[in-house]
Amino acid sequence: MYRKIAFLRVALFALALALALPAAAKETVKLAFIGPLTGGNSAIGLGGRNSAELAVKLRNADPKSKYQYDLVVLDDECKPDTGVQVATKAGADRSIAAGVTHYCSVVAVATVDTFHRLGLPTIVWGAVLPDITYGHSYKEIHRVNGTMINQNETAAKLMLKQGYRRWVVIHDTTDYGKGHNKYFTQYATGGGGKILGTFGVTADQQDFTAELTQAKALNPEVIFFGGLTPIGVRIRAQMDKLGINAQFQGTSGIVNDDFIKALGPLAEGVVAFREGAPAEKLPGGKFFLEKYAEQKYPNPPEAYGPFAYAAASLLMDTIDKVGPDRKKIITALAGVKNVDSITGPITFDDHGQNTVAAITAYVVQDGKWVVWEDSEYASGKRKLKGR
Amino acid sequence: MDLLAQYVMNGVMLGLMYALVALGFTLFFGVLDVVQFAHGDVVTAGAFAGLATYAGLVLAGVESAVPQLVLVVIAATLSMAVLGAVLGRVLVLPLKGAPPLNVLLATLMGGTALRECIRLFYPGGSQPQRFPALLPSASWSMGHFTLRLDNVLMIVAGGVLVLGLSLVLRRTRLGLEIRAVAQDEETARTMGIDFRRVVLLTFAIGSALAAFAGVMHGLYYNEINFGSGLLLGVIGFSAAVLGGLGSFGGAVLGGFLFAGLQTLGAVALPFASAYKDVFAFTVVILLMTWKPTGLIGEQLGERV
Repeated sequence: MYRKIAFLRVALFALALALALPAAAKETVKLAFIGPLTGGNSAIGLGGRNSAELAVKLRNADPKSKYQYDLVVLDDECKPDTGVQVATKAGADRSIAAGVTHYCSVVAVATVDTFHRLGLPTIVWGAVLPDITYGHSYKEIHRVNGTMINQNETAAKLMLKQGYRRWVVIHDTTDYGKGHNKYFTQYATGGGGKILGTFGVTADQQDFTAELTQAKALNPEVIFFGGLTPIGVRIRAQMDKLGINAQFQGTSGIVNDDFIKALGPLAEGVVAFREGAPAEKLPGGKFFLEKYAEQKYPNPPEAYGPFAYAAASLLMDTIDKVGPDRKKIITALAGVKNVDSITGPITFDDHGQNTVAAITAYVVQDGKWVVWEDSEYASGKRKLKGR
Repeated sequence: MDLLAQYVMNGVMLGLMYALVALGFTLFFGVLDVVQFAHGDVVTAGAFAGLATYAGLVLAGVESAVPQLVLVVIAATLSMAVLGAVLGRVLVLPLKGAPPLNVLLATLMGGTALRECIRLFYPGGSQPQRFPALLPSASWSMGHFTLRLDNVLMIVAGGVLVLGLSLVLRRTRLGLEIRAVAQDEETARTMGIDFRRVVLLTFAIGSALAAFAGVMHGLYYNEINFGSGLLLGVIGFSAAVLGGLGSFGGAVLGGFLFAGLQTLGAVALPFASAYKDVFAFTVVILLMTWKPTGLIGEQLGERV
C-alpha cells in the first residue's frame, strides 16, 4: 500500500515536471486585471475578465511569445474605496508588470493617483470619463476605449455630414451633461455648425415646456440632448406636444431599450452615439468572437470585452519588446502610434488617451437601436427630420 | 405674441396640476391641522393605477379611447380615494393629539414606502413608463403657438372639478360638515357630526383629486415614473402654503402663481434655466416672510 502511494507520488512529480518544463523555459510575467466582478456591473466585468484572460491564453499558446503570462484578477466592485485597495495591492506587488484596469469611471478616476505613486503602467479598458486620462499628467495611465470627447467629435461630424447646421442644446447639469454640452458645442461649431441656444436642466426635471417653447422660437434643425434616459424621454415626448419638428439627437446616456419602450413610436429616427462598438462591427471582431466562443465562457464578452482584450494584448506586445520592466513599459506605451488591434488602430496622445477609438452611431428604427451604417436612414430609404 | 400665448398655455396646464395637488394639502390641513406628506406619492400611485387599468383594458380587448379614458379616470380616482382614507386611518388619525412633527414624519415615511413599492413591484417600475394618449390629439398652430385639443379638454375638466369641489364644500351637507370640523372639532362633535367619517371622507376626496392630477400628468406628458410625484408634492405643498394653508382659493391661486414663477424663471432669467426652481422657491420664501399666513388667509374654517 505504502509503496503504491510512493510510486504514485513519483509518477505525479514526473508528470508535473514534464508539464512545467516547457513553461519554465520562459520567464513568467504577471499582469493584473481589475474590474467589477461582483455587484450590478459584474456582467460587464466578467466579460472583460474573460476577454483579457483569452488574450493571455492565446499569447501563452503562441511559441513566438518571449514570456509566459499570468493574469492576476482583482475585483474593484465598482466602488472607489475597494478600487483603491486592489490598485494598491496590484501596484505594490513588484512581480506585476502592468495592469488592465477598470470599467467604472468613479473607480478609474479614484485610482489614478495610486497607480502613479506606485509606478504601475495601466491601460483602462472600459471607463469613459475624460478626466481619467485628461485630469492629470501621469505617464502611467492609458486608455484604449474612447471618451465623450471622441463621442462628440464623431457625433458632430456625422450630423454635419447630413447637412444639419443649427442646434439647440439641452443638457443636464451633472458632469455628464455638462461635458457633453462642452465637447459637442466645440466640435459642432468647429465644423461650421451653429448653437442657437443652450439650456441646462436639472436631472430630475419633469416639465420642459418653457425651455422647449424658447427652443422652438429659435427654430433649430436639431435638438441635441446631453443626459440620461428619464429626462431624454420627457424632452422627446414634450417636443411632440409643442409641435417641434426638429431632429432629436442624444448621447450614450439614452442608448438603451428603456428609452424606446417609454416613447413608443416617438422614438423612431432618434440618433445617438456611444463609445465602443458591437464586437461584430470591430475590425478584429470576427476573430475575437470565434476565439471567445471556443473557450465556452458562461457569460458573453459584453460591450467592453474586446477593449479588455486589446488592452491586454497591447501590454503583452510591449512587454515582449522591452521586457517586464515597469519604467520601460511606460516609455514604450508613450510611443504607441497606429498600432493595430482588434478594436481598430490605437494611438496614444500625450495623456495616454487613444485618439482614434471606435465610436458607434445608432438610430432608432422600428423600435430598435440600429447601427447607423446598417440602417435604412443611412441607405436613404428613410429620412431623418428635415432631410 | 404667439410665444407669450404658448408660455401662458404651458403655465396654465402646470398651474392646474399644482392647484389640484395643493387643494389636497389644504383640505387635510383644514380638517385635521396636519400636513400629509405622502400626498405627492399618492399622485404617482394614481397615475400608475390609471396606467395599470389601461393595460388591463387593452388585455381585455377594450380598444376604443373613450371607455378607456373613462374607466382609467374612475379606477384611478376611486382606488386613490380608498388609499387616501386608509392612509388617513392608519398614519394620521392614530397620531391625533401627538406633536404635528410625528404626523409629518409618519406620512413622509409612508410616502417613501409607497414610492419604493411602485418602483419595485410595478413591472419595469424603476424606468420611465409610457402613458397612453387617450385624448384626441388635434391641434392648431399659429406661429410658435400650438393649441392642442387634449390640453383644452384637460383644462376644462380640471376647472370643472375645482368648481365642483368648491360647490360641494359650500352647498352640500358634507361640505357643511367638513367646514364645521375645520372650524371647531369639539363643537362639531357635540352637534352630532361623525368626526372620523368626515375626516376619512376628506382624505378620500383630497386623494381622489391627487389621482386626477396624476392621470392628467400622464396624459399631458405621456410619461410617468415612480418619482413623478416627489417634486409635485413639494410644489403642491408650497403652493398651498403660499396661498394660505386651509384656504380653498389660496391653494388654487398658489398653484397658478407657482407655475407662473417657474415659467418666468425659465424664460426671463438670462442664464441657464436650471435655476428656475431656485428662482420660484426663493420668491415663495420671500412672499412667505411678507405674508406668513399666506396670500389669502384661512377660509375653510376661519379659525384664529
